[in-house]
Order: sequence, then C-alpha cells, then structure tokens
Amino acid sequence: MKMDIKIGKIRLRNPVMAASGTFGYAKEFEGLVDLKRLGAIVTKTITLKPRKGNPMPRICETASGMLNAIGLQNEGVENFIKEKIPYLVKLKVPVIVSISGNDIKEFCKLAETLDREKGVDGIELNISCPNINKGHGLIAQDKEATRDLVKSVRAVTGKTLITKLSPNVTDITEIAVAAEKAGTDAVSLINTFLGMAIGIDTRKPVLGNVTGGLSGPCIKPIALRMVWEVARAVKIPVIGMGGIMTARDAIEFMIAGAAAIQIGTANFVDPGACESIIKGISEYFRGKGRE
Amino acid sequence: MKDMKAKILSNEEVAPGYYRMVLEGPYMAKTANPGQFVMVRCGNDTDPLLRRPLGISRVRRPAAPGAMTMELLYEVIGRGTEILANKRKGETLKVLGPLGNGFDLLPCVRRPASGAVLIAGGIGVAPMIFLAEEMARKKIRPVILIGAKTKKLILCEKEFKRIGAEVHIATDDGTLGRKGFVSGLLQDVLRRTPDTRYPTVYACGPEPMLRAVAGICLNKKIECQISMETKMACGIGACLGCAVETKKGNKLACKDGPVFNARDLFRRKA
Repeated sequence: MKMDIKIGKIRLRNPVMAASGTFGYAKEFEGLVDLKRLGAIVTKTITLKPRKGNPMPRICETASGMLNAIGLQNEGVENFIKEKIPYLVKLKVPVIVSISGNDIKEFCKLAETLDREKGVDGIELNISCPNINKGHGLIAQDKEATRDLVKSVRAVTGKTLITKLSPNVTDITEIAVAAEKAGTDAVSLINTFLGMAIGIDTRKPVLGNVTGGLSGPCIKPIALRMVWEVARAVKIPVIGMGGIMTARDAIEFMIAGAAAIQIGTANFVDPGACESIIKGISEYFRGKGRE
Repeated sequence: MKDMKAKILSNEEVAPGYYRMVLEGPYMAKTANPGQFVMVRCGNDTDPLLRRPLGISRVRRPAAPGAMTMELLYEVIGRGTEILANKRKGETLKVLGPLGNGFDLLPCVRRPASGAVLIAGGIGVAPMIFLAEEMARKKIRPVILIGAKTKKLILCEKEFKRIGAEVHIATDDGTLGRKGFVSGLLQDVLRRTPDTRYPTVYACGPEPMLRAVAGICLNKKIECQISMETKMACGIGACLGCAVETKKGNKLACKDGPVFNARDLFRRKA
C-alpha cells in the first residue's frame, strides 16, 4: 500500500477522493478543507441540459445514514465548463467529472465535450443513480447495457474513464467485469442503495420522490463486501466507497482491495472529513511501513 | 464561515420544550448577521448522523473578545435536539457557521419613518431577537408580533420590550393577547398605518403563517422578507437537499436563503 497511486492516466498524490454529489464543485468547501491536499475531486453529476431535480423533500435522516433523492439537479455541461472548471483547475488537484444521460448518445456527447477540456482529468460514468429513470432499470443493473455504454464512451474519449456501479444488483462482479472488458480504466463502487422512509402521522413517504438512495455508515459493511468481491474479479483499479467516516473505515476498504477510496456522506457531517482521513491513512502507512 | 469547537456557557429550558444555549465564540459573534444560522453536531456518534441547522438568536459583542457569545434558541423536536437539550455547561460542540444569507436591513434603514414589523411564529422567534437588537443598534424601533399555541409558549417578550420595541401577542387558544393567528395582528397594524408609511415586514415561522403574511404583504405591495426552515444535510450548498421552489427556479435555503423575498416565493392572492 502506498499513498501516491495511478488510476488510468491520472496520478493521485493520495488515494482519497471526494465523492460525486457530496462535494458540489469543490468551491463550496473552500476554507473548510485544504482542497489542494485531496487525491482527486469528483464533481456533482452533470447532464447535457440543465436539470431541475426532484420535488422536495429531498433528504431524510435514517439510523446512521440518510436517504437522498436530489434527482441530479445541475446547470448542464455548458454552464459547468464556463462557471466551474476555471476554479477547479486552479486547485491543481485531479478533476474527475461525473456525467449522466438518458441514453448512450447523451453520455457520448458529454464525454466528447469534456474530452476537449484541458482542465478535466477523468470522467466518472454515473450509470447507477437510483433517483432518475423511475420505473426503468438502471444501466448499471444490466451487464449488456453497461458494456455497450462503456464501449461507446471509450471510443470517444482518451481521458481516464471510471464506471460507477450500483449495489442494487444480484451480482455486482458481473457488471464490473462487463465494464472492464468494455475498456473502463477503473470501477468505483458503490452508489447508494434504493430505500424509503414513511411518516407515520402523514402515512405518506417522507421523500417527494417516494424512494431515495441510502448512504452513510449504515451501508459500510455491505459496501465493503462488494468492494472485496469486485477487487477479486477484475484487474483494473477498484475505487471503494460507502459509509466511510474515518481513516479506519478507509483502510478497511483498501485492505479489501480498493486502490483508492471516495468520501461521500461524511463530507456533510464534517466538511473536513477528507483531510482528516488523508492524515489518518498516511499515519497508518508510515506505522506499517508496507511496500 | 468556519467549523469550530465552541464551549457551552449555559443551556436552559426557557419554556416547555424550548431551550436557550449560550456558546463562547468571538468569531461567530463578530461575523454573524441576523437571519444566519449554524450547523450543530448534536452527538459524537453516527446516530443521529447529520448536523442540525439552528438559527442564531443573539450575539453579544462586549469590548473584550473573550467575552463574546452567540445564543441559540431551539425547540426540542427530535433526537438531535433532545441530545442538545441534555448538554451541560462546560461541554463543547462542533459548530459550523455563520451560514446563509440573512435579513436585509437596508429597506427599513432607507425609510426610517416607516419602520419595521417583525413577525414570529413558534420557534420562528429565534432569528427575530437578533434582528430586533441589530435594528435597535441602528436606531430603528421595530414592532414585534409574536404568535404561539398558548401563553406558556410565548418566547422572549421581555427581551423585545427591553430594547423598547412595541410587542403584540396572539395565541391560538386566547390565553394571552389576541385569540387567533399572528397574521391577524399584522392586519391590525396595517389598518392603523397610512399606506404611504407601510413598514418593512420580516417573518419567520411555520409555513401556513408565512403564506398568510406573504399574502397580506404582496397584496399591499409591502416589502416582506421571509426566513424559510427546511431540512438540511450539509448547510453549505453541496447536497442540494434544501431546495426551495422560487419564481426564479430552485434556490437553496442554506446558501441563497434562508431569507427570501416574499415576492420570489409566493404569488399574489387574487
């Protein structure tokens, strides 16, 4: 185990990334965390056209976790390039842009557009957001659909490609292997679990979208098991996430086979979470002196 | 905006289910504006997981920075605030803030003769003490309208009177002041005010109250600022969980708000 790692063409000074959807476009955390110290920043998922997102309420706290159904609210790729990239570039930290689309064509158009941007180091394919495409399955729930999508995007960009997997599947290794064969540089997992909460006074779902994605420390043991399974099934780097709150949690994922990890919900609870986890991991590595 | 540990100087129940916590904090006291809030970590564990957004109800800025304090007035409504209520003097809390866009005092500073009306429903009184005291510092004497379910839950009447404000009260059960809603008090005030001297209105409270107040103000073309309460996860604009639908699209209560102009939130009543 070592601090500096390589994922695709990206060199990271440490294995800790801020996860998509929990870190905005980094500027939100200015002054609260030393952004220059991060291994990489994965930005909030963008789409081709602006998206309004889901109706309120969009979040709900649960036992040691939370549900969210934001619905990919964002200003669209054009605005992202104009408004967000200039700030991100200045940080001199690898920028990985999370993208989503309604179909393969939209994913490809986004990837082509971002491929021309110098400030973008990598692309994370969010094929696993549980809060859109209601009623239809997710791409990440179908190995053929995953393979077709990754293959198509791979053909239009030379940037480092990360495919983000859903835990809402029977066998996550099948999907991971399909993405690997189609040419993804790495897989990141897991996205949120589909869940729900009900208000017993209203007798109605708490979330405006009825269902939402469960995240936080309550999902960590399942996330860890899935990372372990996938790490044994593929040769490409695995980026682990799911309920990591502390450096100890992060190290568990790395022992399970993750080359890098992402910090999500913890950023909401403690905006300095990434930094303290980086510090904790480096102390552990120094103490162990492995590799 | 900073995330810091703050020492609790006191934490007392001021009415059944309502607490006032005083925290040591020169930084917050110096930088906070009325209407802003902080995100407070209630426990040390992962359950409850998220911080709680609490409105800043007062800051004290004596000459010695060490003596500067920030006050939080809060209602115990769930497990987070329950844990908070059990905190003792001397313990520390992680507090992130000050956050959000507070009240804009300019409209009533520009028209000093018209003054301001501050309307608080229930725990909505929290940011109003801070606002009233800030106005007093600028020589504006606001009219305060407080609404609550019953007499015992009327908060901070004394604090408002201490700065020389005129206070009117409404209770749902008529145990104190006018029986009925606080919006009725606003109508009383406006009835005896010539329309050239309509005040600027500031409101915080439950949504039906805000809706009623906004309706009255919009019909009479009165400047009205409203503080919205929503669930939040991060408080800094990252999670997009606290979106508020406005006429200008979705806005975030934590970053664009919590104070909004009534004309951006509500339609004029027909």
